[in-house]
Amino acid sequence: MTVATARPKGLAVELGGLHLAHPVLNGSGTWDAIAAMRTFGAPARDELPFAAFVSKTITVAPRGGNPPPRLWETPAGLINSIGLPNKGLEGFLARDLPELATLPVPLIVSVAGFSLDEFAVLVEGVADRPEVAALELNVSCPNVKSGCVIGSERGEMAALMARVRPLTSKPLIVKLTPNVSDVVPVALAAQEGGADALSLINTLRATAVHPRTGHPWLGAGQGGLSGPAVRPVALALTTQVAARTDVPIIGMGGIQSGRDALDFLQAGASCVAVGTENFRDPGAGARICDELAQQLRAQGMDSPVHATAAARARMRIA
Amino acid sequence: MSTTELEPGLAAPEQGPRTLAPFGRRACRVVANERIGPYDLVAVEDETGPPPLAGQFYMLSTATGWGGASGRPHLGRAFSVCRAHGRRLEFLLEAIGPGTERLGALDLAEDVWVVGPLGIGFADPEPGGRALLVGGGIGVAPLVIWEQALRTRGVHTMTLLGFRNESYAHAALLFEGQLGVATDDGSGPWHHGLVTELLEESLTPGDQVYACGPAPMLEAVRRICVARTVPAQLALEAGMACGFGACFGCVVRTRDGYRRLCVDGPVVAAADLEEGWE
Repeated sequence: MTVATARPKGLAVELGGLHLAHPVLNGSGTWDAIAAMRTFGAPARDELPFAAFVSKTITVAPRGGNPPPRLWETPAGLINSIGLPNKGLEGFLARDLPELATLPVPLIVSVAGFSLDEFAVLVEGVADRPEVAALELNVSCPNVKSGCVIGSERGEMAALMARVRPLTSKPLIVKLTPNVSDVVPVALAAQEGGADALSLINTLRATAVHPRTGHPWLGAGQGGLSGPAVRPVALALTTQVAARTDVPIIGMGGIQSGRDALDFLQAGASCVAVGTENFRDPGAGARICDELAQQLRAQGMDSPVHATAAARARMRIA
Repeated sequence: MSTTELEPGLAAPEQGPRTLAPFGRRACRVVANERIGPYDLVAVEDETGPPPLAGQFYMLSTATGWGGASGRPHLGRAFSVCRAHGRRLEFLLEAIGPGTERLGALDLAEDVWVVGPLGIGFADPEPGGRALLVGGGIGVAPLVIWEQALRTRGVHTMTLLGFRNESYAHAALLFEGQLGVATDDGSGPWHHGLVTELLEESLTPGDQVYACGPAPMLEAVRRICVARTVPAQLALEAGMACGFGACFGCVVRTRDGYRRLCVDGPVVAAADLEEGWE
């Protein structure tokens, strides 16, 4: 038996058609299952602490990523400027997918295009593979044709969904960026375009100054902030989106404990994703899941589904 | 090891010597914390972990008081293992920021969160060759356990160390075999200058060089070894958030593209690096 299925009972959730043993996932780009297996061996697969595995974002062409330095620690957080290094669609399908298919949980593949055409190529290339349970659309990249970040503008979002929704019947999850003046119109455009679920938040745009030179520390100049520092922002945006949409939400941003996870359920999320905390504790997902079960019991709630439903019902009345 | 058939910018997995880490983090009790010059040598009792290989590292954070008054440190800190005896692991550190300051202040019986051993270690020298170990400052740490391992196996070693001054050079006491020391300021009964000057004097054909230290020192070692066609393995350092390949933050530029030091290092063959890597 795997730990993925050995978490406390009564935590099962549904996410846009996926049946998950519990509500704890990983944030894209915060867990490399293949590197983890090289480091920890088979337990990193058999005891994977997530109910579904979200891959690092892949792009059509291979990418080396941004020049170092790529990291800067902040108070209770981390700025990263990684730059989506990946093997590209072809390399992913040939080399990574067979290994990821050995994981004991559903596989969600994160994709990012720099145009609608690229998104279409990625969705078509990935969705047909039987190993893939769902796709997450990373819409935090600029559309090179319009110059707009797709996830920052509802028209772009609507156009993306119109383009890719007809290509697959598999669940499409849209990962929303917080770097917008109002996230709700973009979330509504994703939902109206047929998104099966929404995930939020991606990192908050951030930078750091080199302590000696005064120039930007990060090789790429700026990056994205994650960790507990962003949690109140993530909770606010999750609440706003939950109040105005109906599709399930994967809430994330600085979750370190079961208490934090419950906060996101009570902000209307159906699932949560652990990101930066994985870096501090490779077993964080399992610990957070166990703590969440205790928190739910302590608050007299018999399942995460009820916590989410109660929260969203309350929001609709308000 | 060189890699083939690469997509631009993304190196293939390295296959160096590696002991797998237990999955997850574990609490280890502090059993000693002694000063060695300006350095701290922190020893913990690792009840469940396997013996590490020289050159491998651990992610460390304290079970309490991590986060401090300013919200930092937040992430673990990476340290090469300096010595390992039975269940005892020893780490050499220098308090230069909030993470190392907290770890350096550890009291006996406090708990440390440990993930490791991580990464790939030093590969054995060719049979019969001399192992020349070159360390600078805090970078001497992985060479201590490597010197012990090589001497245990009867390999002839020579260790060359560079420090800022006589006080830092106390760390030379951690070594047991033939030794040469340099200090930047000429203090102490040592060579006044750079450890790489000692390397140029000492290097002979047939040597295998193992080095760890500041990037400029390692680049000088790389250049010297390339010029003399002597193979060298360099233990590199980079800011690291996770230590197990998750964050892609700790990359260094190699001939094959960016390489994650945590899973495809920290030991890198000098031949895999080009001028400007640092």
